Amino acid sequence: MSGPGMNGMDAILPTLNGGLQGYLVVALLLFAIGLATVLLRRTLLMQFMGVELMLNAANVALLAFARFRGGDAQAMVFYLFIIAVAACEAAIGLALVIGLYRHRDTTDSDRAASLKQ
Amino acid sequence: MNKYYWLIPILPLLGSLFNGLLGKRAGKGVVTFVGVGVVFGALLLACSAFFAMKGTADHRLALTYGEWMGTGALSVPIGLVVDTLSGTMMLIITGVSFLIHLYSVGYMHEDEGYARFFCYLNLFVFFMLTLVLGSSLPLMFVGWEGVGLCSYLLIGYFFETDYAPDAGLKAFLTNRVGDLGVVIGMMVLFAAFGTLTVADILTQAGHLAPEVGFGVLTFATLMLFMGATGKSAQLPLYLWLPDAMAGPTPVSALIHAATMVTSGIYLICRLAPVFTLTPITLTVVAWVGAATALFAATIGLVQRDIKKVLAYSTVSQLGYMFLGLGASGFAAGFFHVFTHAWFKALLFLGAGSVILAMHHEQDLFKMGGLKAKLPITFWTMLIATLAIIGFPGTSGFASKDEILYLAYLKSPALWVVGVLAACCTAFYMLRLFTLTFLGKARDHHAYDHAHESPATMTLPLALLAVGTLLAVWLGWPKAFGGDFRIEAWLAPATTFGQLHAVHGEHGSHALAWALASVSTVLGLGFAAFGYLSYKDGLAVSAARAVRFPFLHNLLLNKYYVDEGVELYLLRPLRWFGNVLWKLFDVIIIDGVGVNLPGALTRVSGDFTALFQTGRVRNYALSMALGAALLLYVFLK
Amino acid sequence: MTWLNSHPLSFLVFAPTLLGLILMALPQAMGRLARMLGFMGALAFFVLSLAWLLGHGAGYVVERAPWFTLVGLPVDYALTVDGLNLWLVILTTFLVPLTMLGTWNSLKDRIGTFAALFLLLETGMLGALMAQDLFFFYLFWEAMLIPMYFMIGVWGGDERRYAANKFFLFTLSGSLLWLVALLYLANKAGGFNPVLMGQAASTLPFHVQSWLFIAFAVAFAIKVPLFPLHTWLPDAHVQAPTAGSVILAGVLLKLGGYGFIRFAIPMFPQAAMHYAKPIALLSVIAIVYGALVAMVQRDVKKLVAYSSVSHMGFVMLGLASFTVIGTQGAMLQMLNHGISTGALFLLVGMLYDRAHTRMIADFGGVAVKMPVFTTFFFIITLSSIGLPLTNGFVGEFWILNGTFVSGFSWGRLYACLATSGVVLGAVYMLWMFKRVFWGPENKDVDSGTHHLHTDLNAREIAVMLPLVVLVLWMGVHPRTFTAISEAPVTALLKDAQAPAPRNFVLKPAVHEAAPAAQAPENTEGHAAEPAAHEVHR
Repeated sequence: MSGPGMNGMDAILPTLNGGLQGYLVVALLLFAIGLATVLLRRTLLMQFMGVELMLNAANVALLAFARFRGGDAQAMVFYLFIIAVAACEAAIGLALVIGLYRHRDTTDSDRAASLKQ
Repeated sequence: MNKYYWLIPILPLLGSLFNGLLGKRAGKGVVTFVGVGVVFGALLLACSAFFAMKGTADHRLALTYGEWMGTGALSVPIGLVVDTLSGTMMLIITGVSFLIHLYSVGYMHEDEGYARFFCYLNLFVFFMLTLVLGSSLPLMFVGWEGVGLCSYLLIGYFFETDYAPDAGLKAFLTNRVGDLGVVIGMMVLFAAFGTLTVADILTQAGHLAPEVGFGVLTFATLMLFMGATGKSAQLPLYLWLPDAMAGPTPVSALIHAATMVTSGIYLICRLAPVFTLTPITLTVVAWVGAATALFAATIGLVQRDIKKVLAYSTVSQLGYMFLGLGASGFAAGFFHVFTHAWFKALLFLGAGSVILAMHHEQDLFKMGGLKAKLPITFWTMLIATLAIIGFPGTSGFASKDEILYLAYLKSPALWVVGVLAACCTAFYMLRLFTLTFLGKARDHHAYDHAHESPATMTLPLALLAVGTLLAVWLGWPKAFGGDFRIEAWLAPATTFGQLHAVHGEHGSHALAWALASVSTVLGLGFAAFGYLSYKDGLAVSAARAVRFPFLHNLLLNKYYVDEGVELYLLRPLRWFGNVLWKLFDVIIIDGVGVNLPGALTRVSGDFTALFQTGRVRNYALSMALGAALLLYVFLK
Repeated sequence: MTWLNSHPLSFLVFAPTLLGLILMALPQAMGRLARMLGFMGALAFFVLSLAWLLGHGAGYVVERAPWFTLVGLPVDYALTVDGLNLWLVILTTFLVPLTMLGTWNSLKDRIGTFAALFLLLETGMLGALMAQDLFFFYLFWEAMLIPMYFMIGVWGGDERRYAANKFFLFTLSGSLLWLVALLYLANKAGGFNPVLMGQAASTLPFHVQSWLFIAFAVAFAIKVPLFPLHTWLPDAHVQAPTAGSVILAGVLLKLGGYGFIRFAIPMFPQAAMHYAKPIALLSVIAIVYGALVAMVQRDVKKLVAYSSVSHMGFVMLGLASFTVIGTQGAMLQMLNHGISTGALFLLVGMLYDRAHTRMIADFGGVAVKMPVFTTFFFIITLSSIGLPLTNGFVGEFWILNGTFVSGFSWGRLYACLATSGVVLGAVYMLWMFKRVFWGPENKDVDSGTHHLHTDLNAREIAVMLPLVVLVLWMGVHPRTFTAISEAPVTALLKDAQAPAPRNFVLKPAVHEAAPAAQAPENTEGHAAEPAAHEVHR
């Protein structure tokens, strides 16, 4: 996949009038910020936000590609699906955080390193 | 009558089962009736079988009842054979057993385990008769091991004591070492003859030439002889017999003097045609016998326990029997079995009578002067003593002289050893007799309470004394005008299946007279020496012990053989077992082979577990790095 | 009922599981009821197995049907009872209820679950004994491990976890190797039918056969256990509860020997004979080694465990002899060991229940306090040391004799060496017997003897009596138990082309002798040597 993938990108990018790159840069930045948040912050709430940022970065990239390929409907479906999954995940994740807080008086992920009490 | 002969061994077995299972509840009277009754029944049936056998043309009665443990090429029929050899042995066993059962009624009367005692004793008679009458080697081996078992149980009869269990264990294990030889011997014979039935083996052996050098049969017979040394207490497996005196005295008389210990001789006589083919084995048998006779007799010189003296005397006399067998005198050896059964049983029962009179005192040094108190015991013991020292005219003289004569023909050196042993025998027997019955009482308290035993005990003594006197009729040597009729009598059995009877060389009557005179004069001289040394008490012998301390201690401690066995055999064996267990099993196999791979697995698991911190951020980082790595690899 | 008539074996194999699952479903408070139900059920299975299997005359019962296909290889649902396994099956169904009765009050907690596991184990054992399809067999073989693992791991002694894991992993690691060989051969044969697999194996090159045989042999040898793969056994036995030890010794070990005679030897006869010498050597080592190590044990149960190593060494020696006598001896010795060692573990359990110790040094003079118990223990001891008229003698004598006349050149030497096991057997058993039962009563208040207050009760006597009767029956009339296996064993050895027995050739007397020149070699007895070398390579 490595060869054709790279050639594909090289082929596509110049034809898109330069507009796509801006969106992709935004997506990249969003993703980097999200990743950094997850890796550097220990508070589970902040880490969640980082995860949401990364998901949305993926959404931005997805929609941008769709737009510049001529309004691909599949991307929209994926986008909506990801939003829904993210919402569910946030709901369950936040519930888990609250559960953890009740049990251990903390939302610090490093202090929840063991499944045992 | 033929169809009832299977009852000869089975009757005592039934008696044993009854006494073992119900005896305690049934009471002593019933136990006595059953215990003695079954042996009497066996005795009657044995007499009937004996005369039936005598009536047949070839003096042989073979009965087969079925198959025991056949498989493949192996077939082991259950059958009994009464011929001149096994018939005579059967009569000795049932006869002596009956008398000793009778004696035990008096001797064991006070004992709590009365029923248990008769259970074991009956069981012994069953196994002994199986050994003698069995038609095949495995069946004989049933009896062979079985009598060992009963011996073990009866030696350990006083199991709550310190010493009896040890003695019993020693007896069983020593015998087991010998039995190893019997098992190997049977395997070799099976591989050689393709059968284990005695008659078939002997018939085939009749077609064979004697082995020159060390062949298959020599190996087989040597292995069987190894078994015989165990059961018949010969060097080097004699160790258990002196300790076996821990059992009740009737047991010592029956099992450890008259019957069981002679089964080694019986086995060799049974297979005499095979042994005849192996001159090397016969020489070994003769020398082991002679060496044992002298060795045990010297130990007997200094023992203080009356039963120990008799025990060493038994070992020594058994040595004579093997000496006779080794000199190809199967009839002579067996004749000594026959005479010895009477006089040694008599000596033991007499000793039992003395022990009971002295309130379980067995130390010779504390006896003395009992002649007045125990007249019947005194006179019967005197007869037995004269017989065992070979006083001219007695049965002991006849059998021992024949053996010594044959030994001389085989090798004069054997004769010299035999005569030396006879001298020792004369000395220690007179010592025993003098210390017990003559002189002055050394323990007055016990002496004053001593009294003659009840009739159930003195009657067997008297009967055995009569037997001792009459036994001579069977084998008065030819050299002295007799006809040694036991030789012709046993010939159908000891030469069974042989095409050409092997005739041993026969010296002249003059030689026999000369040899007999020398040994008799020497023997009587040592007997007198024994009497003179002890007739005035212990002073003379004590002085002698001081003069020869080394020799005295050596003999008193039985040449330190027991200590040597413990130090050089048992202790290393236990040490080796421990090494195997703690070094080989635990460290090498379990440690290196099993737990080391286990530990390695665990260590490698522990190492990888270091990366499982449980922290979400670590996992996220590794995920991100992994993703980056994948992107780099695929998009490069 | 018609289904039962046509599928008696299926019923015997799976009914215990069914009952076991029902017992498991019962609430814990009803443990005593579950125990009673389990016992009654096991007893019923025993009676049914006797009635059905002995009633079939020749004892030959087959159930075979296609089952499913595993990656293109057909697996059969095949159960058989014939001469090779009839008595082992009956031994199993006999020992299960007997053991339940014998250890009635030994366990205090979760007795219902224990009874249920016991029945599951019975299914595993019976299935493994009867299965005639190797995949089916493998399933049961592994399924046996699970209940036993829990029996040791939950109800065992202080070191139970180590022992349970060791038992499980030891056995499993052997059988995984075997599984690889099994799948390889099944691919060659196109199925798991042992006959077809054997035929396929015979077409393979010899070194491939050898490897396959080794894979089979290691799996079975671990179960036997053959030296040096035996170290799981003492730990498992000592830690297991009495019932577990009895079944472990009584049946599970037999499956190793049975695996050899049912699968490994008939499927790879050439390879089996090629490796007969190393197997026999290891057996002889096991006999002597087990006995020597048993001799110095301080724990009665561990002593009995090591004696198992020694006794099962005899079984393997008999199988390696490739003679009818030796193999029949091995068959009988397996039954003997099941009865005698099972009985010994039961007796040790009865002693432990009273005294709460098994150390030899803690006893002494037990005979005074428990005469009935002592009598039973003594009779079983005699059986264990192979006294004639007990079962032990016949088996050992056949094995030794079969090995001695075996067509292999090593047979005679190894038979003589193995005989020493008979002496050592008496040493460790009777020495232990002396120290525990005889001698003055141990009056120490901490001693085991001091805690013995009651002799055997009626229940315990009822457990021991059948065992003692069997010990004597098998010793007096072994043909009851071996006649049925004689024909299959003979056929098996014939198919395997085992070397003819090697006998001594004796020199006849001069006047009827053959030419004198050949005589000297013949007396040495190497007449049958060529046949032995052929196989021996």
